[in-house]
Amino acid sequence: MKSLKPMRFFSAIPFTVILGLVFSTGFAVPAVAQQDVPDIGPRLPVVVKPMESHIGNISGHAAEGKSDYRRYCAGCHGDYGDANGENAVWLDPKPRDFTIATFKCRSTLTGTLPTDEDLSNTIARGLTNSNMPIWNTFTKQQRANLVAYIKIFSPRWQTEKAGTPITIPPEPAVTIESISHGKALFTKLECWKCHGPHGEGDGPSAATLTDSKDNPIRPYNFALGKNDSRFKCGSTNRDIYTIFMTGLDGTPMPSFADVIQPNDAWDLVHFLRTLQVNRKGKENEVLSAAHGAIPPYVDKTPAPAPADTKPPGGGQ
Amino acid sequence: MRTKQMLPALSTLLVCSSMMFAGTVSGKITYTGTPAKQKAIDMSKEPSCAKQHATPVLNETVVTGPNNALDNVVVYVSSGAPDDGQVPSQSITYTQKGCQYIPHVLAMHVDQEFEILNDDQTSHNIHPLPKVNIEWNKSQPPGTPPIKEKYDKAEFIPVKCNIHPWMHGWFVVLKTNHFDVSKDGGDFKLPDLPPGKYTITAWHEDYGTQTADVTITGSETKDVNFTFKAKAY
Repeated sequence: MKSLKPMRFFSAIPFTVILGLVFSTGFAVPAVAQQDVPDIGPRLPVVVKPMESHIGNISGHAAEGKSDYRRYCAGCHGDYGDANGENAVWLDPKPRDFTIATFKCRSTLTGTLPTDEDLSNTIARGLTNSNMPIWNTFTKQQRANLVAYIKIFSPRWQTEKAGTPITIPPEPAVTIESISHGKALFTKLECWKCHGPHGEGDGPSAATLTDSKDNPIRPYNFALGKNDSRFKCGSTNRDIYTIFMTGLDGTPMPSFADVIQPNDAWDLVHFLRTLQVNRKGKENEVLSAAHGAIPPYVDKTPAPAPADTKPPGGGQ
Repeated sequence: MRTKQMLPALSTLLVCSSMMFAGTVSGKITYTGTPAKQKAIDMSKEPSCAKQHATPVLNETVVTGPNNALDNVVVYVSSGAPDDGQVPSQSITYTQKGCQYIPHVLAMHVDQEFEILNDDQTSHNIHPLPKVNIEWNKSQPPGTPPIKEKYDKAEFIPVKCNIHPWMHGWFVVLKTNHFDVSKDGGDFKLPDLPPGKYTITAWHEDYGTQTADVTITGSETKDVNFTFKAKAY
């Protein structure tokens, strides 16, 4: 270690100083190669934090999750968490790659890490339309240990904290106006470009979609399910609200958190439920009461006069 | 220890003197061979964009100019110039207009803030696909404020809009302030290079990378030209 010190001091001398010295002494020698030499030798040991998880009053520890991971998860997710388990080639959609630490089901904003509870819920819930089953055979403690264990695969967990869960205001009443506004948003936000005009997953861009690893991915078909229909990240209205606001990272589904207000998101939830035509629920009851027709949305709030006028059509 | 204390003062003095000798590397990017014909984009599924273009827009993977000029090549100093960590203060923008990204390739410094704008009458989703930086995916309907973002690691990041599958672009995040993107006939210019030995790298999204070594001794302008071999398919 001692012998390293003078080296370090030397490399700390700013480039400009060396350069300046060269010039002040009158020699037009091209720049010193010093800074081109990388730091040679073994890397300094990285201090690895033992991974933990905290869900309610339960604490999970990575070391205790290892055996369950290797028995139940590694077959698909791989021994190294890189989604290269022996079954992975046969699966579509592909298993999650824990080395990237990008997760679909989060209560946190897009681009942030999920909370321990989000991950534990995903294990318990499973992921519909995929090979990830409902792991309701695990105890809460086992899930907490597994959540801690999968964190060892990505360095993001060493340096980053989980995002802050979004706040979800109470759900307003389901009304035909709410459904009508939701429909207007579904149109304006181009949801139908992927999910299709009737929510059947057959929009004009649907066939082009790929996930972040370039594997083809299908948009969700809302029309298929019945009363027990599940979405990727849950089955309640709150879960659907969360999906809008956080997006499903790693997939084409973006976050709308910056562009729609909480009430808009609830209206979208209410409209979306009407696309689940076989589902018995408040939304479809309200729609039948209106004889199955969604009236056109009338914006009752006085819109502030837009400063910029719409550009005229035609080439510019 | 005393020498160490004197260093800042000494370096300021010498930075000033070295600034007097600031060379420039400039040149032209060209290609040989026949580039693949760029496909015309069918925007009929998005009429609000289609009507903004009198003639169909071509795919921008390879953009050429007269005399075999090649645009959208990122030219940067990949070694020799120490990154001073100074993040450029000017704001840079990435605009979605007519269902295209303008510019097609946005080069920036690590940690430099950039703004994403939607000038269209349709919603877009901005979905950069980084591997070392953090991935996010945001919706941007018409009339919403710009999205401000930055990346903290150097990377070549493809960008796409999942709603409009023909939209492709790049964020090129670099650990240097000495970069340029060839445009309007393949020209590029890297000014303000103090005397020294540099490696200049040119990157094209389809044709790969090339490097050239150059030595700046004073305040001269050195010509460095890059020629890429066009892919015929």
